[in-house]
Amino acid sequence: MKNIRVANGQGFWGDCIEAPTKLIKYGNIDYLTLDYLAEVTMSIMQRQKKKDPENGGYATDFVSLIDSNINEIINNNIKIIANAGGVNPDACKRELIKISKKHDIDLKIAIVEGDDIYNDLNNLIKDDHEFKNIDTNESISSILNKIYSANVYIDSFSVAKALSLGADIVLCGRISDPGLVVAPCIYEFGWKKNNFNMLASATVAGHIIECGAQCTGGNFTKWKDLKDMDNIGYPIAQIREDGTFDITKPENTGGLVNKFTVSEQILYELGDPKKYISPDVCVDFTSFNLEETSKDVVTVTGVKGNMPTDTYKVSISYFDGFKASGQLTVSGPDALLKAKKSAEIIWKKLEKIGLVFDKTSTEFLGLSSCHKSIAKTPNIINEVVLRLGVKSQDKNIVTRFTKELAPLITAGPPGITGFAGGRPRVKEVVAYWPALIDKKVIKTKVIL
Amino acid sequence: MKKLSDIAYARSGDKGANVNVGVVFISKDYYDKALSKLTSVSVKSYFGTMVKGDVVRYKLPNLNALNFILYDSLEGGGSETLINDAQGKTFGQALLMMEIDIDD
Repeated sequence: MKNIRVANGQGFWGDCIEAPTKLIKYGNIDYLTLDYLAEVTMSIMQRQKKKDPENGGYATDFVSLIDSNINEIINNNIKIIANAGGVNPDACKRELIKISKKHDIDLKIAIVEGDDIYNDLNNLIKDDHEFKNIDTNESISSILNKIYSANVYIDSFSVAKALSLGADIVLCGRISDPGLVVAPCIYEFGWKKNNFNMLASATVAGHIIECGAQCTGGNFTKWKDLKDMDNIGYPIAQIREDGTFDITKPENTGGLVNKFTVSEQILYELGDPKKYISPDVCVDFTSFNLEETSKDVVTVTGVKGNMPTDTYKVSISYFDGFKASGQLTVSGPDALLKAKKSAEIIWKKLEKIGLVFDKTSTEFLGLSSCHKSIAKTPNIINEVVLRLGVKSQDKNIVTRFTKELAPLITAGPPGITGFAGGRPRVKEVVAYWPALIDKKVIKTKVIL
Repeated sequence: MKKLSDIAYARSGDKGANVNVGVVFISKDYYDKALSKLTSVSVKSYFGTMVKGDVVRYKLPNLNALNFILYDSLEGGGSETLINDAQGKTFGQALLMMEIDIDD
């Protein structure tokens, strides 16, 4: 039976830079997928584009990756699908063309457009598209003048079309993460929109590998059992024409693929398992079986899917004020008492000058800051990191807060250090607004 | 009594302002036995003040797994919250420390 090997070399922007190179060289793969976009990444890119409309707004790491590996990509006949285009796929493509010219290699680069609806948003709202927040049911009117970006999670058939036109590299903006894997299956196997079980199966494969090494031993409960974590293998899904697939990793790499590394990842960021909604299909995550069929090979069979919904998910980001967090290292004796006193001093000083924040936080890192009352407090606390944070719509008062930490080193309890990084940085808060839109209004287009 | 970590694996992450914790049991036997012990009520009570909202449990018998959604557990969404574990990455490890009344 015909099958293809699809790898994930990047689970997020900032993931291991060697991972895609190793997959290209040693993975024996047909497709390399790269997921650069977390929910708020689009807003970061939108702001980069505002500063530099010509050149800003895409994943620059991707361009260096192609530059370093272009010969192996061509020699090994690997097609690449990446959401690296962000909000400016044209700029990304221009850079890639420069690189292909430099290496004197003819690269066919396709862009899939249609996900970015930022400029159409006002008209769509006028036409009664509500964009209600699907988590909170709030009306979009409350954030209208603060929106940074709006992107639709487009379907995988649009991406498959780019492959059918002969693209070596497909640059997408916002596509569903598993869609990076579903698209080559649609193209290679000729799956149709109503092949729900097969589309569902490839969606599960995509979900498993979309976070890179998280299915090959990364973030794994039994981490002590793992070998060669410094050379952890990134995942490969070997998908057959009937939809069944194997999850594996390149030979001679570290980490582990077994039922449990894969199962943990299947559950990652999962909601109702019977209703996993992608743009292509609704997947039943309770329908399939896992089997360890060989060393570092898990085979998945029996995935069931149903008709997709008639809406696409829209990811909207908006400005929501400013925040800053800073920390001080407090040593013993009486480390915790000193840290508590330091926090009290800082909050009192800020209160005295009349600053009121929308939100504050006081944490003692090293002392149940993650697990609160679940973790037992040790009898002897020899040091603790005091971490304070504030949020406000007013940048000035957040900035004022950042100036109150360092003075504690000379004006607070003894034995406080760890301030080498300087004052904490004031960051813009970019909040996330998930919504839905009628599929009929979204038109995608492939540009080759 | 057993520690959940003796009989299960876990992983957690964020869904907006909510956290999901997936628990995968090492065998069908433990999964079956845990169904009446590891409930939305016991998990909500275990996390105490860490979870402000409801806890909903979903079953995945094909994986001997349970998926818990812990509503309103991050003091705001991923980019807006001030807490160190802004994406709920550590909730899975926290749940594994739970004592659970299960025999072999």
